[in-house]
Parts: sequence; structure tokens; C-alpha cells
Amino acid sequence: MSETVIKCESVYKIFGENAKKMLEESNGNVDAKTFQERGCIVGVNNASFEVAKGEMLVVMGLSGSGKSTLLRCISRLTDATGGKIFIEGQDLLELNNKELIELRRNKMGMVFQSFALLPHKTVVENIAFPLQIKGTNTEESISRAMEMVKLVGLDGRENYFPRELSGGQQQRVGIARSLAVEPDIWFLDEPFSALDPLIRKEMQDEFLRLQEKLQKTIMFITHDFDEALKLADRIAIMKDGIIEQLDTPANIVLNPATEYVRKFTEEVPREKVLIIEDVMDASSKDNLGDLKVSKDEIIENVAEKILTQEKLVGVIDSNNNIVGSIKPSKIIDTVFGGRKNGS
Amino acid sequence: MEYLKKYPKLFQWLFLLIVFFALCFAIDVPETYKFIRGQAEFVKDPNQSVYFFLGKEVRYYAFDVFWRLPPLLGWLPIWINDSLFFLMNEWMPMEFWNEDTQEFKTRPLLLEISRNLTSFMTFLIELIREILLGGLETIVAFTSWDFIDAYPWLELPGLPWTIVAAGAAILSYKLSGKGLALFAGLTMIYISIFGQWKPSMQTLSFILVAAPLSFIFGLGLGIAAYKSKRVEKALYPILLVMQTMPQYAVLVPALVLFGVGDHAAVIITMVVAVPPMILLTILGLRAIPPEVIEAGRMSGCTNWQLMFKVLIPTARRDILIGVNQVIMVCFSMAVISAFIGAKGLGFNLLLALNQLNIGLALEAGLCISLIAILLDKMSLAWANKQTDYFGNLTFFQRNKNVIFFAASFVIGIILAYVGTFIFKGSFNYLFEIPHNKGISTADFWNKGVDWIFDTFFVYIKAFNTWLIQDVLQPMRALYLRMPAVATLVLAVGAGYLIGGFRSALVVAALTLFIALSPWWDRALVTLYMATFGVVISCLIGFTVGTLCFQNKKSAAFMLGVCDIFQTFPSFVYLIPVMMLFGITDTSVLIAVIVYATIPATRYTIEGLRSVPVGLHEAATMSGVNKFQRLTKIEFPLAFPHMMLGLNQTIVFALFMVIIGAFIGTEDLGQYILKALSDKNGAGIGLTLGICVAFIGLIFDNLIRTWVGKRKKHLGIA
Repeated sequence: MSETVIKCESVYKIFGENAKKMLEESNGNVDAKTFQERGCIVGVNNASFEVAKGEMLVVMGLSGSGKSTLLRCISRLTDATGGKIFIEGQDLLELNNKELIELRRNKMGMVFQSFALLPHKTVVENIAFPLQIKGTNTEESISRAMEMVKLVGLDGRENYFPRELSGGQQQRVGIARSLAVEPDIWFLDEPFSALDPLIRKEMQDEFLRLQEKLQKTIMFITHDFDEALKLADRIAIMKDGIIEQLDTPANIVLNPATEYVRKFTEEVPREKVLIIEDVMDASSKDNLGDLKVSKDEIIENVAEKILTQEKLVGVIDSNNNIVGSIKPSKIIDTVFGGRKNGS
Repeated sequence: MEYLKKYPKLFQWLFLLIVFFALCFAIDVPETYKFIRGQAEFVKDPNQSVYFFLGKEVRYYAFDVFWRLPPLLGWLPIWINDSLFFLMNEWMPMEFWNEDTQEFKTRPLLLEISRNLTSFMTFLIELIREILLGGLETIVAFTSWDFIDAYPWLELPGLPWTIVAAGAAILSYKLSGKGLALFAGLTMIYISIFGQWKPSMQTLSFILVAAPLSFIFGLGLGIAAYKSKRVEKALYPILLVMQTMPQYAVLVPALVLFGVGDHAAVIITMVVAVPPMILLTILGLRAIPPEVIEAGRMSGCTNWQLMFKVLIPTARRDILIGVNQVIMVCFSMAVISAFIGAKGLGFNLLLALNQLNIGLALEAGLCISLIAILLDKMSLAWANKQTDYFGNLTFFQRNKNVIFFAASFVIGIILAYVGTFIFKGSFNYLFEIPHNKGISTADFWNKGVDWIFDTFFVYIKAFNTWLIQDVLQPMRALYLRMPAVATLVLAVGAGYLIGGFRSALVVAALTLFIALSPWWDRALVTLYMATFGVVISCLIGFTVGTLCFQNKKSAAFMLGVCDIFQTFPSFVYLIPVMMLFGITDTSVLIAVIVYATIPATRYTIEGLRSVPVGLHEAATMSGVNKFQRLTKIEFPLAFPHMMLGLNQTIVFALFMVIIGAFIGTEDLGQYILKALSDKNGAGIGLTLGICVAFIGLIFDNLIRTWVGKRKKHLGIA
């Protein structure tokens, strides 16, 4: 297991006066309704999880579910009411202002839903801004910023002002700015939600390409379940401040933990999300037919081939070792079955 | 009964009115009551009652408390006066080193501070004035008179007017473009050849000192208020009162604290100009999207970096709109400050009006108006200008404005030098055209006014007489006939019906302050004049606004006209009305109407414009005609905004009524004017100013509360 970068231990964020006192009195048993009656709003309710180095955790929830609040607790844009947050083993809430600024200048980058670019600075100046704040000299920061401009594919537009760019281009600037200081931890707060569907898809692909190259530790906030499935290593689904389920996309689709999560998974085209490994039977490796499929294939791509088989289909890993098998009927069961259970 | 249930508010209002009128009829006018004698005039009269409070004697005419409340606050102005006197002349005596006599001298602390402040201001003003006009005070301030006698060539020569004109044009070009540059150039040439150069530059130097200082203080306090709730809460009431306080009223205490002259005017101008700057700074900083602030924080900004690299640049436009406000307030104060001896255009205007030389007044007024428009347009252009990228331009392209200015500087000096040969023995017209030595059209205008008077005298007089005898006098009598208790009940009742208990309390406190001051009767007269002006202004403004709104072009044109008229200092409006109607109440009222119609028109157009396009389309698809659309959709939705216009109209009308005292009225303004020439006037002037401000605030509170509720109700908050 690789090292843990972000670690939360029962983090609470409660808005309102006396929030701290009420939280202490409740002994960790926070009920949103009783708090609301007493004038407090629960933003994050007992969140505990870890994010490993190079992992992408997507936090998914509808508006008001507390996902953005959780992110702001971890970036300490707001102070958590209770609990502990560790960044690379350092207790975030213990840091003083100066240490916090140091941390942000070197370790963290953040992308915002509404881009949050500085209107009076050009593209390249916006990207160089965190570097200049840090004290890097102008020449170096601009040349570094130009590298970032190339990375996000905005060459030739470096002297434009944000007002002259389209939404997608503005968010590229936002992304470049957040990466300028080469942070280890990357926060993205609904970065693509304000974009048109087509641009959004393009940006998602671009984002995956970047992440492949950079391997940052990422917390990504979204309200779009499809986006979460597409990008995530693991997904945390939030509702009313509580993390309902935290698991890999495949496990969430196959085994929704609560009724709320199941509602999201209902409409998901499983054949596009799941890979063979998710549905194979790892225990039976005998009586296989001639066809072998890779365990990393998305079901959709191999479904037709498998369905024409009568025998078990062997599943192989990248070294051509057989790691399991799959019944053709299992494919049908995965794609069409299990949905109507209980509904 | 059914109606009662359907329209409960209507019946509550009816009930309030019935109570009000019942009180009016039930309480008789006391036989001893005479308006002009008033209640507390500080003249001794055996019929007066006397009471002592805090050791101050207050004399007043006692009436039935239902008719007029006794002036229980009568001690306040006297007390303010005595306190000021004590602070200035007796409080905290300290030893101060005196440069001239080379010895320590004992002086009260505040007096010393005030002296130092004024001499500092005087220095600043003189410095800028001498750059523009020439002189030697600045050099003297650093050396001595002997020194300047020995080296007379050190005297600052002043800039030739051609250079200032070119500078104004180039700056306008940079900020906006050719149009404004042309306007700036022509304005400067006009000023110069009509011999208004010197007073104009004096006024300009006044602004160049007052505006930057006001900007710095306003920005600083605005930032402080943005950062700390406590500071904001402390500033808020002051800001509120300053917004409705007539500018004229703050001049009086300035007189006591800082004496007569430009320096006193600059200091007091800052008191008036800082509040709008604070408000717009807070507004601008609040309007920054929270994500931009978070982006700054996540970039690792310290608080200082966040403020100066992220917040202020992002709020640039609002802050520069604040600068625009500051400049306009400074300009109108520069004109009004003539009352306490500030030099410049205002002084000339005041002089001309005092001599009833309408022609001269008109010329000065035109100058003031032109400069006002120029300053307004330039500062707005600055606010709206967006930064451009200059990196890929050549050296010449980047610095062409500086180069052009340097060139015109040299050419200007050469011209001025050449001028010394052309105009030998007389004035060098290429350097500076002295006051009253330019072209003057004053005679023409004076003759014109005389002609108007000779030709239309009968009609104007008939109109005057009719208006005064048949409209104004009866209206005034009605207002004065209101028993104080009835007025209080009406005001507090209205407060309760509109805003509930809280509003009622605020209104009661404000009204009581006026009722318990010695000037209730005068306040009623002010109110009657303002009411008359407001009613007619609103009728005109709402009609004109609605008509102009029918066509996009005419609406834009009308808004432009409003913009221009709004930039004129209120004082300027007195010139044409005096020209046409002489020195009567009619003149004041017409000035009030003209001035107060501006916001009424503007808010009507803006309100109608703000109706969402979607609703227009929905209405059109329902097959409404133009009239139905106006009455069923546009008016109901625009009405709250139009009521805000009414609020502004009231404030504008009050300001003008107060300034109308210059022509001669009998209201609060007249007393403020009197206080200006009274050495014990500070307390009176300030209290009167607060009274006027409170009248404005009563309406402000009622209207804003109503608008807030209505907008919430309509879902357009």
C-alpha cells in the first residue's frame, strides 16, 4: 500500500453560533434536524477517509450535500468544527497562518467551478501569479508559466485577458495556474460543471491525459455521477454532509450501499463502466473455451465476442496468465439484471 | 366587511388618516401663535418661557404640548458651541515650539492640531496652484522672503494655458478617445478665452488636493469596514446621515474649527467626499466572487497580498466609480465652499449673483458645468477602461501619450515666449488670459435678461402672484396648521404600517429630534417646499420617463441628459431661475423641480428597463397591446425601483430647498445661511443640518423598507 497523503478523522463542519459547543455536547452523534432547530446547519458530518499518493478521489453529491464544504475544510479555506485532518502526516488544524501559507504555496493547487481568474491579468500573468506571490522573480515565473500554457494547449493566447477567452479556455488557465507551483495535492471543485457538455467531455479527456503524466494526489468534486465514474479511482458519495459510500466505481455500481446510492446507479450503462475483472469469477479457471479476454477490457468492447461463446471464457492479465473466467450469461446478467431488485 | 378582509392594509391606512385629521381638527391654533416669531429665536422677550439644562439657558414660546412640543433640545446647539469653544481654546494646553519667535508657547492641543492641519493643507493647495498659475509661496515656505528677494528668478512661472489644455486633451484621449479629447480641448480653450482661467485653475487645484486625500481615507476606511464588522457598524450611521445631510450645513462647523479659506474648505470637503468612497469600496469588495478570494488564498497570499494583488484590482471598477463620486462631490463642494471663502469659480459665481449680474453668473456657471461634465466623463472613462496588453508594442506606441505631452509642453513654452514679443506692453494671451480680460458675453446676457423682464414682466409677475397667493401660501398655511402631535402620529403610524415596530421606532426617534429642536416650524416650511417640488418633479419625471421609454433611442438619450444635468453642482441651477423669475420663492421652487426631476426620470426609465425580456415576450405572446403591457406588466414590476427614484427625488429636493436659502426662503436653510455669518453659529448650523438630514432619513427609511418588502414579494430582490 502506498503512503497516505490526505487523512481525515471524523471531520465535522457545522455552521452557526455555538456550533463548537453543540458538537461537543452531542458526543459525535450529530443529527442534522436537531441542529437545525437550534440554528445550526450541518455541512460535513463525521467524514473519515484517506487518500493515497497518486490516487484520485472523486467526491460526488448533489448541491447542498456538503461536498464543497468538505473540500474547503481539507484546504482549510474554512476551519473544520471538529475532527482531525492530516496532510502528509502534518496536522492541518495545528498549523499557524505562516505555515499554512507555506503549505499552500508549495504543496496545494486548486481549480474552481467559476474559474476565479484575476480579470486584470493576462493568461500568462494569471498562471504566474502563485509563483510571484511566492517570491519567484518575474523572468523565471513567466518562463515557467509559459511551460504551463503549452501544457494546457493555450499557446498563442498567453497575452489574452480572461474576458477574451471562452469558458473552456478560461478553465484551462485555471488548471494551469493551479499546477504552476507543481503541487503534490490537487483540489478540483466542480471544474467542468460550468462548461457545455461537448467541451466538458473534451476537458475530461484532457484532464485524464494530464493526470496520467503528472500522477498528482487528487480530490475532485462533482455533482455529475457519470463524470465521477469516468475519472475516479475511488468515489465518495455524499448526502446531507454524510459520506454514504466510499468505494471504487465498479463496487459502487455493483453493490450500492444505500438506497440513495442505488438511485444513482440505476441509470448507469454498466457495460460502459465495468471491466471484465469486476465481473469475472476468479475461482474457476478450468474448462475454458478458446476465447481469452483481457481483464482490463471494458465489457462493452468484448460483450459480443463473449456472448457468441458457449463455454466459459478465460480472463488473462497483461502477462497472459489466466486469472479467472467468465460465463456468457454473466454478461447478460450484469447488463440487464439486478436493476429491478426492490424497485 | 368583506372588503376589510380583502384589503386590510387599505383600511389601516384609512384609519391612520382619520386619526390624523381628527387630531388636526381637534387641536386649535393657540391665539398667541405666530409663525415668524417662532419658538426659540434667542431674542429676549418677556412672553418667553425659560428653562435651564446643563447650565444653559433656553428661551422659547410655550404652547400647548399637543400643538408644539417645547424645544427640549434647545440646549443642544448652545452646548455644541460651548464644547467646541472649550475644545479649541481651553482643553489640554501644551507647550509647543514656535518657529517664528524661537520659544515655547502654551496652546490648547486641538487648536495646535487644527493650525498644523490647516497650514499643511494651505501648503498643498498653494503648491498645486502655483504649478498651474505661478507664484512664490511654495519657495518661501522652504526658505524665506529674504531669500526670494535675493533670487527673484526662483518664482514659479506657472504653466501656459496651452500646455494644460493639451494635457487635458491627451489624457482624455488616453482614457476614452477622440470625442472626449476634442471636448476637453474645446472646454479648456473656452475657459481660457472667456477669461475664466485663473478661477478655474484655483478650483481645479482645490479638487486636486481634496480628491486624492478623500480617496485615500475613503479607501482605507472602506477596507477597514470590509474587514471588521465592528468598524462597519460604527461607520454606518455616520454614512447614512452624511448622505442626506445638505453639503452646505457642514460648512458651518468647519468655520469654527479651521477658519475661513481654501484650507478649511478642503478639510470639510473630505468629510463630505469620504462617505461615498467608503460605501463604494465596501460594495466593490463585497461583490468579488468568493471563489476569486479562495483562489488568492490557495495561491498562498498573505493578507496583505490578498488585499492589494487580488481584492482591490478585482474591485477596480467599483473603486474607480467611487473616485468618480469623490471628484464630483469635491467639485460641487469647491463651488459651495465659496460661502466660507474658498477661491475659484464658486467665488466668482457667488459674487456675480450677489451683484445680480446674471450675465457674469451665467458665464461662470457655464464654466462650472463644462468642467463638471469633463471631470465626470474622464473619471467614468477611467473606471470603464479595461487594461490592454502592451508587451508587443514598440517604444513609440507604448509611450506616445507621454511623447505628445512632452512635445506640447515644449511648443506651449515656445508659444508663450513668442507671445511676449507679440503682445508687448499688454497681456500675453498665449501665456495666461487674466480674469475679466477675455471675451465676455455678460453684457449680452444682462441685456437679454432686461429685455425678458421688460417684455414679459406682466406675465411673469402675474404667474408669480398667482402661484404664491393661490398655491404656495395656502399650502404653507396647511402645513403649519398641523399640530405636532398629529404629525408625529402620522409619521409613526406610517412607519408601523410599512415596516412594523422597528421602523416605527426609527421614524419616531428621527421625528422627535426635529420636533424637540427649536426649529419645528422651519422644518415644516422646508417640508412644504420639498413636498411641492417632489410632487411636481415626480409627475414630470414619471411621465417623461415613461414616454421616453417607448423608444430605445429616446430612452438612452434621456439617460444621457440626466447624466449631464446630474453632474452640475446644485448651486448652478439658481442662475437661470433667478434670471427668469427674480428673487422669489417661485425661483427656488422651479430650481427644486428642475433638479429633482432628474432622479425621478432616471429611475423611471431604469425601472422600466429592468423588466426581464422573458416577461415582455410572454406578454406579447398573450396578445397584450402597448398600453396593457405598460399598466399590467411594466409598471407593477418597475414600481419598486421608481419608488427608489422617489427617495432620491426627495433628497435632491431637500438639498435644493436648503440651497435656495441663498435666494431667500424662510426655512431651515435660511438659518443655516445665517449661522454661517454668526460666530456662535457652529452648533446651530450642525443641529439644523442634522434636522434636514433626519427629514431625508425618515422618508429614506420608509421608502427603502417598503421597496425591500415589495421586491421580496415580487421575487426581484
